[in-house]
Amino acid sequence: MLMMVVKRMLIAVPSLIGVVIVTFLLTRALPGDPAAYFAGPAATNEAIEQIRVNLGLDKPLYVQFIRYVGDLARGDLGNSLTTGQPVGHEIKTRLPASAELTLLGLMVSMAIAVPLGILAATRPNSIIDHVCRVVSTAGVSLPVFFTGLILIYVFYYLLGWAPAPLGRLDVFFSPPPHVTGFYLVDSLIAGDGEVFFASLKQLVLPALTLGIFSLAPIARMTRASMLAVLASDFVRTARASGLTPFTVIVTYAFRNAMLPVVTTLGMVFSFLLGANVLVEKVFAWPGIGSFAVEALIASDFAPLQGFVLTMAVMYVALNLLIDVLYGLIDPRVRIEA
Amino acid sequence: MSNIALPNEASDQRGNSFKVRAQSASEDARQRADDTRPQPGSSARAMLRHARYILGENAVTGFAFALFLAIVLAALAGPYLVPYDPLASDTAAALKAPSAAHWFGTDQLGRDVFSRVVVATRLDFFIAVASVALVFLMGGLAGVAAGFFGGWTDRVVGRIADTIMAFPLFVLAMGIVAALGNTVQNVVLATAIVNFPLYARIARAEANVRREAGFVQAARLSGNGELRILLAQILPNIMPIMVVQMSLTMGYAILNAAGLSFIGLGVRPPTAEWGIMVAEGAAFMVSGEWWIAFFPGAALMVAVFCFNLLGDGLRDIVDPQRRT
Repeated sequence: MLMMVVKRMLIAVPSLIGVVIVTFLLTRALPGDPAAYFAGPAATNEAIEQIRVNLGLDKPLYVQFIRYVGDLARGDLGNSLTTGQPVGHEIKTRLPASAELTLLGLMVSMAIAVPLGILAATRPNSIIDHVCRVVSTAGVSLPVFFTGLILIYVFYYLLGWAPAPLGRLDVFFSPPPHVTGFYLVDSLIAGDGEVFFASLKQLVLPALTLGIFSLAPIARMTRASMLAVLASDFVRTARASGLTPFTVIVTYAFRNAMLPVVTTLGMVFSFLLGANVLVEKVFAWPGIGSFAVEALIASDFAPLQGFVLTMAVMYVALNLLIDVLYGLIDPRVRIEA
Repeated sequence: MSNIALPNEASDQRGNSFKVRAQSASEDARQRADDTRPQPGSSARAMLRHARYILGENAVTGFAFALFLAIVLAALAGPYLVPYDPLASDTAAALKAPSAAHWFGTDQLGRDVFSRVVVATRLDFFIAVASVALVFLMGGLAGVAAGFFGGWTDRVVGRIADTIMAFPLFVLAMGIVAALGNTVQNVVLATAIVNFPLYARIARAEANVRREAGFVQAARLSGNGELRILLAQILPNIMPIMVVQMSLTMGYAILNAAGLSFIGLGVRPPTAEWGIMVAEGAAFMVSGEWWIAFFPGAALMVAVFCFNLLGDGLRDIVDPQRRT
């Protein structure tokens, strides 16, 4: 098992190297002269030259790359042009907000998609099967920012059930003491039920938006793999032995059908992390996505670089985690490795 | 001399190289779709009959096709059909709810939302078509070459695809547009780049199974060069599957581009584009003026839904085994 994890981690190394190279090239691809860009429109030629030397832009490309990797190794992602703050610090403080939202979004989409897929597979061509197909096609067709706005209109403006879509916590509450950065977890640790429900209320709509967008691949895959498993010999044997349909489906078929679903989680995370940016903008969520969008509007490049790099590293790590999880669920993978 | 192909033998061997499929009808469809050679005589009539058969068989695909025609019409003739100038503001009529005069209402500057939604079709459709065509050229050709030649071509293409796949796709697209410059061309390019791995992989797999197929060997025997075989034999044969893929990714391309312009990349105001119109209307959603963001968002949704249905329908026809 340990061998498999190590082996899989080694496979992730080229991906990480590729990610670092691409982010480096994106910085160098800035339109025009980066030094003039960083110096601002009013700078003199000497000032631009000075910045060029300061940034190391007068050195050959490979030297710049080594310097860039060195900075990264020390966790230095550069400074924001507009605030002057180190980007690494800003991303670190904002990351829990995004992570909390994304994880809850994943939970919502699993909670809807998996039962829907199973029900559709156990009753092919029934109404629920058609519902599953329509929901999964509609889910990918709905622009995620549009879903969010509709939910805001219905649940905030019309019904008044949801709080104003302005961040993680209503202004009347103060955030719980920092332990994990997840407000839900921190408020429970602090034993503050009021803050817990207040932050849950803020989370429901954005998490639902993310969930609706990402449930399609999970629902489709659950249905397809459940259909295949239900047609297999061991399920027929279990049925013939007189087990109840519930036992057959839940304890026999479900575990086996989940394997391909775990594999599609990689794609689901690609969806979730990308959609996260849009959802954060719609709900004024103070995560790293809205940080990147603000930087984008101000033409501030270092935060955007840091954001792209953080997202990519997280995505590689998540894919690694999914593979390890797969090995835990399916012993056969371990033996092959 | 390389032109002396062996048409009969080639097509016979190609027929044999396919696995025997359960449904003869779908086999038929595949054969027909695969046959790129114009048939003598009644080719136009046969194609029409085939199209009618497809549309009759699957009502949903027929519906999607009708919707597709409507979108194309709006893209081509939109500016001539709309009742108002999409850019003309009229502050006296600002923020009016949908009415007989303004079907979709007016926005904060008094511009007619209906006119803007219809006119925007051209730009959104153009972005989708251009990026899909571009990724077909880049990814399709690279993938075919990788699958056909193998060796270092395969390794290089595979490495590029893996690197792109290491990013969450929308995030990479954001980074590319921000780095290369905030223009519509770069949105098209970024959308094409993030779809590259998908096209390269499919084209590679399809080319790989055909590299030693009978009709390829026949072409080789009659003296065709490898590059010529690649372009004249392999590429036409994998076209049906690539076309399905293009139809399926059209929806994603529009979503991607609209998402980028929603966060302020690519298209700039006051240009009419669905994503940017939703962004402009977003602030009015909390105060109850739902129509500004709703109609462009709905147009976007309908377009994506249409492309997805069309893609699914085409896939069922061309490649029935992959149906889910």
